[in-house]
Amino acid sequence: MSAGKSFGPLHPEAEEREQLARTSLSRDQQWEVYRLMRLTRAVEERLSSLYRRGLLVGGAYSSRGQEATSVASAYALGPDDLIGPLIRNLGSQLVRGVDSGRIFALHMGKATAVNRSKDNLPQTDLGCGILGPIAMLGSLLAVVAGALLADRMKGGKRVGMSWIGDGGTSTGEFHEAINLAAVLNLPLVVVVENNGWAYSTPTSQQTRVKDLALKGAGYGVPSEIVDGNDPLAVYEAAKRAVERARSGGGPTLLEAKTFRMRGHAEHDDASYVPAELREHWLARDPIARFERHLVAEAVASQAEIDALEGELASRLDAEIEAAQAAPMPAPEEAALGVFEGAV
Amino acid sequence: MSVQEALAPGTTVTYLEAIRQGLWRELESDPSVFLLGEDIAEFGGAFKVTAGMFDRFGAERVINTPIAESAILGVAIGAALYGLRPVAEMQFIDFLACGFNPLVNFAATQHYRAGTPVPMVVRGPCGGHVRGSAFHSQNPEGFYLRAPGLKIVAPATVADAYGLIRGAIRDPNPVLYLEHKYLYRRIKGELPGDEGVLPLGQARLARDGRHLTVLTWGAMVHTALEAAERLAQEDGAELAVVDLRTLKPLDEALILDTVRRTSRALVLSEEPLTGSAAGEVAALVAEKAFAWLDAPVARLCCLDTPVPFSPPLEDYYLPNVDKLCARVRELLSY
Repeated sequence: MSAGKSFGPLHPEAEEREQLARTSLSRDQQWEVYRLMRLTRAVEERLSSLYRRGLLVGGAYSSRGQEATSVASAYALGPDDLIGPLIRNLGSQLVRGVDSGRIFALHMGKATAVNRSKDNLPQTDLGCGILGPIAMLGSLLAVVAGALLADRMKGGKRVGMSWIGDGGTSTGEFHEAINLAAVLNLPLVVVVENNGWAYSTPTSQQTRVKDLALKGAGYGVPSEIVDGNDPLAVYEAAKRAVERARSGGGPTLLEAKTFRMRGHAEHDDASYVPAELREHWLARDPIARFERHLVAEAVASQAEIDALEGELASRLDAEIEAAQAAPMPAPEEAALGVFEGAV
Repeated sequence: MSVQEALAPGTTVTYLEAIRQGLWRELESDPSVFLLGEDIAEFGGAFKVTAGMFDRFGAERVINTPIAESAILGVAIGAALYGLRPVAEMQFIDFLACGFNPLVNFAATQHYRAGTPVPMVVRGPCGGHVRGSAFHSQNPEGFYLRAPGLKIVAPATVADAYGLIRGAIRDPNPVLYLEHKYLYRRIKGELPGDEGVLPLGQARLARDGRHLTVLTWGAMVHTALEAAERLAQEDGAELAVVDLRTLKPLDEALILDTVRRTSRALVLSEEPLTGSAAGEVAALVAEKAFAWLDAPVARLCCLDTPVPFSPPLEDYYLPNVDKLCARVRELLSY
């Protein structure tokens, strides 16, 4: 692993870089990654707005600032591979083709969302290769590992990727899952999104290690640190991990250094985050930074970038309108579906 | 030890061998079934329930794991979601507490939350009488009974140990299979054939009678039958004994029918009294058979203490035939 390399004031030895990593992505692919990052942000901005207007049910979480980490890592997977997204991985779900209209319906508790909106977490969708989480951090990793074990027993070559935050690495289930996946040599890529804060707790109160990637050594698992705000660097690192997994090299721990630009959830103003730190990272917004790259490298024109706003707006507005018009589930459906089959 | 493979129906086997035979048959007949747990592969498990399976079915289907109950259950959930039928062994069922979160919050809620079935079995030895002390003797039914989405079975006989492990594996839901370690090598019976596979949710009338129904499960079924025999001889009392076999879903029909015929009911359980599954069964009877009752519904359980170690202490902690006969006599003279 490339030890000692870290980014930003959260990581004092930061190498401040504007330029993105060299990439193997084609221009079309770079545009697609960018588009998915923009879609992620646009969906979450609308969820935030709906939340503030009292039009959502329950909480809303934002991955603002982490779109590069979530989208570009998932983009390194093949179409049959599996993902285990957490609440800040809308981007990875959109990469897998989850319909954003369904996301709006879900956060409104509508009958048209997956499984009648019985739960508002990222939903299990086996057709899209998505294993949804529970709220308890760390639990999902072993579940993704188990799905990979099943696939290997059936002769498959699927790779799985799951994400966890800096706070989640403190849980026992994180430890148990990576250790077991390593012993069984399962093709699991664990992306640790070190975004500086677990709710209000800074990473320094979460662990004594400076780089969470160091934890890989404890499991005999290769690890790597990547600039989580550089989509091209994230993609290349994820691709290396995916290839290692697919060729029988087992799990990889990938630490993405990034920053959570909003609170833990929309109710949280994150006033505990120092203003200068926030300012620093706002200047390193992964989407703005990617845009500067795309224009400088003539991947896209500013006009094309600007046009995306209108295109996304008309699509998402229509989806929100449809979600608002959709029916709520019938109350008595609450009693159904505890068990599979007749009981 | 010499390890027998699949035995012919009708062979006399122990309770432990019946579980092993059931697992073996399911591994043979369904390639999606596999086992995982601590020390279960070459070693054959702490109690040898999986003896010989590694040699017969291979490392892919009999998987040794690190000491990681949460990860064992998490892996089972993921494999079940992707179409396999994992059977996870807890070396002692007490250790299931270390995997409480994935079982109760993940596996049990998954079908309700996401509509995706999780056909998995968690099995392991429960129960006292073996001087196992606080962490190798527990009966944890009450902890798990209130988890919506989780089925619980607790066989009392050789035939049921066999029929219910096969039924549990075939059930499309997460199932907690509680095997009683005191019964492992102490009871013997005839091994059933394929016709012995039991669907979950059916209780068994282990003994019929007119004067009082004992509702129980697991090793306590044998305590109840012994007490019934003694009371028949000494008092001329005729006790019915219902072996619940499945704690969730409960066989309400057989429970209520038997209680209504006998007008008295006692729930016998090897759990600490407070928060026990016995309380739930008693509440069901009180709620739905009240008008037929001639005495209050009674519960005979363990003390509300951890399981003590020293023999006189553990014996005092557990229900037994003497205690049961005394309680039954109180109820009969109420």
